Amino acid sequence: MKKYDAIVIGAGHNGLANAAFLAKAGLNVVCLEKNDYIGGAAVSRELYKDWKYSNCSYVCSLLRPEIYRDLELHKHGLQVTPYGGSVQFMENGDYFASYHDPEAAHREIARHSKHDADAYTRYSTDTMRQCRLIRDFLLRTAPDPTSFKPKDIKELILLGNKFLELGEDRLYETLRFWTMSVADYLDEYFEKDVVKTAFSGSGIIGTALGIHSPGTAYVLLHHYMGDVDGNVGTWGFARGGMGAVSDSLAGAVQAYGGEVRSEAGVDQIIVKHNRVKGVALENGEEIYAPVVVSNMDVKRTFLNCMDEKDLPENFYKRVKNFKIRGSSGKLNIALDGMPTFPALPKGSELIGNADMHFIDSMERMELAYDDWKDGTWSKDPYIDCTIPSAVDPTMTPPGKHFMSCFVQYCPAQIEGRAWTSEERDGFTKSVIDQISNYSPDFKDLILHVETRTPQDIEDQIGITEGNIFHGELTMDQLLFNRPVPGYAQYRAPVNGLYMCGSSTHPGGGVMAAPGANAAREILYDLKLKNTVPENFGDD
Amino acid sequence: MTPVKINTGRLRTPFYPRLAELDCLNTWHNWAGYSSPEALYCEDMEYFAIRNSTGVFDITPMTKYRITGPDALDYLNRLVTRDMRKIKPGRVAYAIWCDDQGQVIDDGTIFHLREGEYRLCSQERHFAWLTTAAIGFDVSIKEETVEIAALAVQGPTSYSVLKNMAIDGLDALKPFGLMHHQIFDTELMISRTGFTGDLGYELWIDPDKAIDLWDALFEAGKLHGIKAIGTHALDLARKEAGYLAPFEDFLPAETTVRTGRTRSPLEIGMEWLVDFNKDNFNGRRALLKEKAEGSNWRLVKLDIEGNKTADHSFIYSQEKNNSEEIGFITSATWSPICKQNIALGTVRTPYGKPGDNVWVEVYYQREMHWNRVMAKATVVDKPFWFPPRRGATPPAPF
Repeated sequence: MKKYDAIVIGAGHNGLANAAFLAKAGLNVVCLEKNDYIGGAAVSRELYKDWKYSNCSYVCSLLRPEIYRDLELHKHGLQVTPYGGSVQFMENGDYFASYHDPEAAHREIARHSKHDADAYTRYSTDTMRQCRLIRDFLLRTAPDPTSFKPKDIKELILLGNKFLELGEDRLYETLRFWTMSVADYLDEYFEKDVVKTAFSGSGIIGTALGIHSPGTAYVLLHHYMGDVDGNVGTWGFARGGMGAVSDSLAGAVQAYGGEVRSEAGVDQIIVKHNRVKGVALENGEEIYAPVVVSNMDVKRTFLNCMDEKDLPENFYKRVKNFKIRGSSGKLNIALDGMPTFPALPKGSELIGNADMHFIDSMERMELAYDDWKDGTWSKDPYIDCTIPSAVDPTMTPPGKHFMSCFVQYCPAQIEGRAWTSEERDGFTKSVIDQISNYSPDFKDLILHVETRTPQDIEDQIGITEGNIFHGELTMDQLLFNRPVPGYAQYRAPVNGLYMCGSSTHPGGGVMAAPGANAAREILYDLKLKNTVPENFGDD
Repeated sequence: MTPVKINTGRLRTPFYPRLAELDCLNTWHNWAGYSSPEALYCEDMEYFAIRNSTGVFDITPMTKYRITGPDALDYLNRLVTRDMRKIKPGRVAYAIWCDDQGQVIDDGTIFHLREGEYRLCSQERHFAWLTTAAIGFDVSIKEETVEIAALAVQGPTSYSVLKNMAIDGLDALKPFGLMHHQIFDTELMISRTGFTGDLGYELWIDPDKAIDLWDALFEAGKLHGIKAIGTHALDLARKEAGYLAPFEDFLPAETTVRTGRTRSPLEIGMEWLVDFNKDNFNGRRALLKEKAEGSNWRLVKLDIEGNKTADHSFIYSQEKNNSEEIGFITSATWSPICKQNIALGTVRTPYGKPGDNVWVEVYYQREMHWNRVMAKATVVDKPFWFPPRRGATPPAPF
């Protein structure tokens, strides 16, 4: 039997960030991981000899620079390299690309629509305005609008002021933006279908909603509000794969004297008299601490690892109804060489250096969602395909490549029952076939494929339905309503129990903000000095 | 199909071969996707070409739109704040257009080429805005940036240079006038316009004849001190003339994220361009309200004591006691022609009325060490440089 000041359940990036800030405050912390490797959904795994697979999350830009800097993650091996561009392959044999360089980007949009090329200015200005609004709240606790505590009132005033600063017209725009569909939002700017399609993907990634579903415009922000070195909207590769993020955070935990323990899956959170006592591991071992922080999603935390009787009825019901639906799968592929894409000019800088998509119309995007609603995977899916090994020399042997395919839509269950192996093969085939339509040599280069349905992700990592955001990013589940109204400040309805995963504000993505925010609240309750950095701010 | 390959680098204008021959410094920058020279051999000498003889600047990257159709005039009158009915064929209008909130989207020049046929030129690209604004009008808007090559020919000998090209009717061309001239089996459009505040012209031609034009021009100008110039010389000249540069002296509304960072025409000294007597135009309601209630900002031209250039300086109401920070400098330079320390700035109202004194906090560096000085400045209401030769018709030979 071992005693700690705090136990963090789950060594994903938020759990590790949380543990690092608690350890930095002087607490004796252990971060427990059920798997024999750490990182949760931010990992680099050798699933094929000499290949590193970012087999869950695959790109990095949301990771808060304040945390990066404060925990000195560079000293623990983290390096994020920006990459540029994206390409949309079209059924007519053409393509639509976007480039890092604004002039090249403008010229390419103009090739498809002069109107849209110039409309992009207003689109990016308006979207950036929404990003700025939300970015300020990423490293803050969402205020409780029903509370009269000075702390909450102060935060509410701040929130109110941010809104008022927008001015009347933009306040209207903001309310519309938060509730409208990404398709409607794009219709306000663009005329060309392929241009809209290219931008619409960011509205549905990780979401069990279609491009026409209300609330998807907001999801855009979770793909635009990140930055690499202040270049907002830019994405990067973590050198060595996404595991480098988790490894560096674990390095920080250890540097501050904390422990990270793998193969220590938690079976039960021990509660006595509405107070948390510790955790019981799957191997029967018990570990005690007055503070337990769960980095698991809320459903797994409260429905799987706790006794219903220890929780308020309404809270329990709300957690049960929390929307965390499996909507995406992944294919991780080892390639014997760089595939060719005949639609692109020879030697194009896009090859390997861009996100690739093989869907070119808003109708196809919506049809992909229709399959999901029918309880099956998209036969013509939206794939977000990257080849990080083209940028990162550490991923594969020279000349070989690792391809990450994020695939949407993919349900947790087929028509309400478990996937069969034939169906998994069918899912794999639909992805490989779609890519092969634009790359004739692709199939021949495949050395190994890892297919992950939402069910696989849940089984292996533990995220309910494999939902990458630990719960939908819709208005009813954001800010002071995330995960559950009244419990948005990281405190569970059991004394000493906290939540620090992406089910909490500000939500999913490899941001580490929920983990850091939860640490700030825990230290506040323990009356210890805060170790969590403040937002850099952007006035 | 063969894969489409776009140029993902910088474009070159049709004059590039000639500019490249004259270029000694190899300092180019991006202007709307084109390579544009910052300076070609010496920016000081290039500046004095504008003020002393003739400077030639390649303005091809300027965004150009052709606006035609039965409703062209009505359309433009709805688009811009000034009354376009007063701009007859053969005349050019400097104009501003606003969003619904009366905030400046951009400024530009509108050339009334022939009855009902217009060209609009601007720094930024506005096709989406222009086509949206055309809803309900029988009008055609065509971007023609790449279809027209253009040169600014500016300076006291520019009239003599062009006269050597045997251009009939040039002597009668007034400021903001335009004329057409047949040359090289094509039509050359000549406007008496520019961004230097001096005597000068702009030449507009089919890109296929660009090199012919360049060669003829430099041949005609060889005894009149003709020099190619880069952006730095032009930028200095435009500050002396009190002309505004987008992204420096105001921000185009469509690119501005933060509320309150844009400006209305009334706030950048362009009230003379807003005509409330004409029918509806975009931003009219907001601007009427602002006129009634007062503006928040005022653009000021400052004559600053001393010789320390006031780049990026804060502006204060007084030298020290009870001083309030009231604004900041947006463009500043030492004026070689006026021998004045000049600047454009933006200040909160009611400060900055012509004749008022304000104080400018200037940081300057001398051999690595930084110094600070509070310099007294006077708000002036006229351009710093406005020579009589600019308006003389016919112009003098030099």
